[in-house]
Amino acid sequence: MPVRGSREGAYLDEQTLLAAGAPPPGSFVGNGRGSHLLGGQRAAAVSTVSTVVFIGAVIALFVFAPGAAAVRHTFFNPQQMKQAFLGDPSKGLYSVGKGLILNIEMFLIAEVLILFCALVIAVLRQLRNPVLFPFRMLAVVYTDVFRGVPLIIVIYGIGFGAPALYIRGISTQSDFVYGIAALVLSYSAYVAEVYRAGINSVHQSQVAAARSLGLSQWKSLRFVVLPQAVRTVIPPLLNDFISLQKDTALVSTLGAVIEANRAAQIDSSTLFVYSSYTVAALLFLCLTIPLARFTDRLIARDVSRRLAGGRAVR
Amino acid sequence: MSEPDVTSDLGGAQLGDTAKLDDTAKLDDGAQNGDPAFASQDAVRLEDVHKSFGDLEVLRGIDLSVAPHQVICLIGASGSGKSTLLRCVNLLESVDRGRILLWGQDVTAPGVDENAVRRHIGIVFQSFNLFPHMTVLRNITLGPTRVLGVPRDEAEEAGRALLVRFGLSEKQDDYPDRLSGGQQQRVAIVRALAMQPGIMLLDEVTSALDPELVSEVLGVIRELAAAGMTMLIATHEMGFARDIADRVCFLDEGVILEQGPPGQVFTAPGNSRTQQFLRRIVDAGRL
Repeated sequence: MPVRGSREGAYLDEQTLLAAGAPPPGSFVGNGRGSHLLGGQRAAAVSTVSTVVFIGAVIALFVFAPGAAAVRHTFFNPQQMKQAFLGDPSKGLYSVGKGLILNIEMFLIAEVLILFCALVIAVLRQLRNPVLFPFRMLAVVYTDVFRGVPLIIVIYGIGFGAPALYIRGISTQSDFVYGIAALVLSYSAYVAEVYRAGINSVHQSQVAAARSLGLSQWKSLRFVVLPQAVRTVIPPLLNDFISLQKDTALVSTLGAVIEANRAAQIDSSTLFVYSSYTVAALLFLCLTIPLARFTDRLIARDVSRRLAGGRAVR
Repeated sequence: MSEPDVTSDLGGAQLGDTAKLDDTAKLDDGAQNGDPAFASQDAVRLEDVHKSFGDLEVLRGIDLSVAPHQVICLIGASGSGKSTLLRCVNLLESVDRGRILLWGQDVTAPGVDENAVRRHIGIVFQSFNLFPHMTVLRNITLGPTRVLGVPRDEAEEAGRALLVRFGLSEKQDDYPDRLSGGQQQRVAIVRALAMQPGIMLLDEVTSALDPELVSEVLGVIRELAAAGMTMLIATHEMGFARDIADRVCFLDEGVILEQGPPGQVFTAPGNSRTQQFLRRIVDAGRL
């Protein structure tokens, strides 16, 4: 039954309206699939079955595939995995576990530097002072270049390029330092963009309020915009740091840094199996998964706070 | 608690006739030597102010003067240029043509330190614009501490006194999102007052409020008017404008079509556009 404009120029009389407005009895009863009470149990049962089937299929692939035995031998050899984890100098085996500590060191040092450098770059791009124009340009070029160049090439460039320059103080650093420098250069470009998105997400009215109190552009940024911006970008920042954690493994390409991946490389070429890589992979997962879960929790808290209209307790 | 003396509480000197722009050297002389010419200056004076956003000409030649202690209400439809006018006075927007004088000094001239100018002008926005990451007290002390260089404890003491004055003392440690709209807007007014401005600009400060919260905010503004604060108020609250204004200006498409005492503008508007506007307001039951 047409509700609106049923008759040209005529108003709907009350009866038609009422009749049109009320759906027939029973219209809201569903087909059972989405019903709320049974849905919980049903959904749990369905998801359990589907999980079991899926995992079963994956295991079956590893057990029954034609090359399964060989793969188990090369990638999941418990004896070799243990050796690779602990290392054995007498056999020329490096400890992947100890190597990982180097990864964590690189990660922590790089992270602090990245947070700082990226913030400086993001702020430089934000300030409108004409004196700063060349720096602003430089910041734009920098982010464009280092976001575009693959990290591994940056690592090669610095690790092999810097020593070749023969500059006192720069060309005599260890590969460890070059590796960190490359990570910082590459990641600062990404993280600066994350900061910038955060800065842009702060509403202009906040800036207007700050400036109207007489705060300079820098002070408005420092006391009003940045604190709010940083708060909003914490989850995406953590995401970048998850990938930074694993990208520390790329520094192994410089050769002299015996971090987890490099140790695994050496071990596998000694033992002629790839189980050491599996150890390295598992160890990296032990690092990244907790950080990933932590990020998820922060995001969830953020969402629930927004849904609560910002009234949830901080 | 007995009603404290409003004038002294708000820092009587700052509400006095020569609200001082102490950082701007030229003005200092006039203000402090009690120059009679200075004392008789308009607090705000707009001369032929034009402002466009792209092709849209929002202000098309505004002339307006506000004497010290005067309360001027700007009325007019949305888009008539009221907000833009206020933002121009506060230098949040630059004017394309014409000039704006504060206590006789041209603030639209090149080389003016806009931060120094804004220190003496309080502005309150329609959407409160409190800083959500700061407590109420910190919202209020940010300006005094970071702009005026007042020591933190001193600023907090002054801030608390203002909060007590406006019945917000128990909210000082709350974050803005825990407050009602009316409370937020009162805090925003207090934040502006904490800078001890010589003039207050109020930009439709009750438009975003639930109807039952409007009166608490209007009450605060009435107190300010009683204390002698010079105010330029853009508002849709016609009854309030009629009560409080020394002069009402009707803006239409970027020009002041009519101005005069509220009795005259509201009861016997001379301009047909003003009549039309007021009739719509009356029809909507808002006057």
